[in-house]
Amino acid sequence: MSFINYSQKEINCKIVYYGPGLCGKTTNLQYIYNKTSPETKGKLISLSTETDRTLFFDFLPLALGEIRGFRTRFHLYTVPGQVFYDASRKLILKGVDGVVFVADSQLERMEANQESLENLSVNLAEQGYDFNKVPTVIQYNKRDLPNAISIEEMRKSLNRRGIPEYQAVAPTGVGVFDTLKSVAKLVLTELRKGG
Amino acid sequence: MAAQLVMYEDEFTKINAICDRLAKDANAKVVFLVDKNGQLISASGHTQQIDTTSLASLTAGNVAAMGGLAKLIGENEFPNQFHEGAKDSLYMTIVATRIVLVVIFDNRTSLGLVRLRIKKASDELGRIVESMNRRNSRLEIGSPFAEISDEDIDNLFSE
Repeated sequence: MSFINYSQKEINCKIVYYGPGLCGKTTNLQYIYNKTSPETKGKLISLSTETDRTLFFDFLPLALGEIRGFRTRFHLYTVPGQVFYDASRKLILKGVDGVVFVADSQLERMEANQESLENLSVNLAEQGYDFNKVPTVIQYNKRDLPNAISIEEMRKSLNRRGIPEYQAVAPTGVGVFDTLKSVAKLVLTELRKGG
Repeated sequence: MAAQLVMYEDEFTKINAICDRLAKDANAKVVFLVDKNGQLISASGHTQQIDTTSLASLTAGNVAAMGGLAKLIGENEFPNQFHEGAKDSLYMTIVATRIVLVVIFDNRTSLGLVRLRIKKASDELGRIVESMNRRNSRLEIGSPFAEISDEDIDNLFSE
């Protein structure tokens, strides 16, 4: 839920990167962190295990600029993708304004993608959100891998709703900012409606 | 889903004044007010050396995790948490179910005094937050973004 401070003229929005384990959510945030200028970003916080798997969340605050005199800030979060961290995922979705669903393009991860998408819908509903109304974009990540399946197939199984979709190779940054810009635009458009 | 949190200047000024006074009365190093979604509302005291945005986000994560634990054992939430460090300690109190008051203090004061002052401040803050809640649920708050155009949004992304 966006936080509007009229006194300080700023608005904060929360974007959550969701998806199955090892799909590249943290890599998205790391790339954004590495490529943004120091004055627009805060510290990247990663609560991860000793083997660098996300334990609770990663967090990156970003200042985008001003709209009509309001400073616009985005707080980017990732969820832990591993199935057994479901309780933590639910907590992180609290107050969400926009979602990036990161899908793993590898054939053997298609079932995990679908399961995670279903889990996202259920967890949003538990927080009182209708998945179909939450600003969401989908990122087909790992497009460079030889076992990546076709975009048509991915679309058919994960994007029947026809939400904005992007192809990505997160470690090299392909599609990372396109995805972020797209979800940020959707969130701001939703705010315009007074959401 | 709770109503959107919208704060106006007079409320912000009152809240800041309460936090400033609490920092002084409790002889604390820093006082923060954070909403449960991780947005920083107010900060008083020696905040220069602290990454306030990260503090707000981690506070919210911590309160959410402890809230989840509370529900597992049949409690609604743990309204007070105390974390003791070698030098600095941290006390968190949930105010009016949606705000977290965080006080960081060292051995120049005592836990008893801190708790006493927090109790008073959190009652006052609670009243303000509840009146904000009542107003926000009663009124349809117009978005300051209602007038923005596609061009405004696009401009934000032009490098």
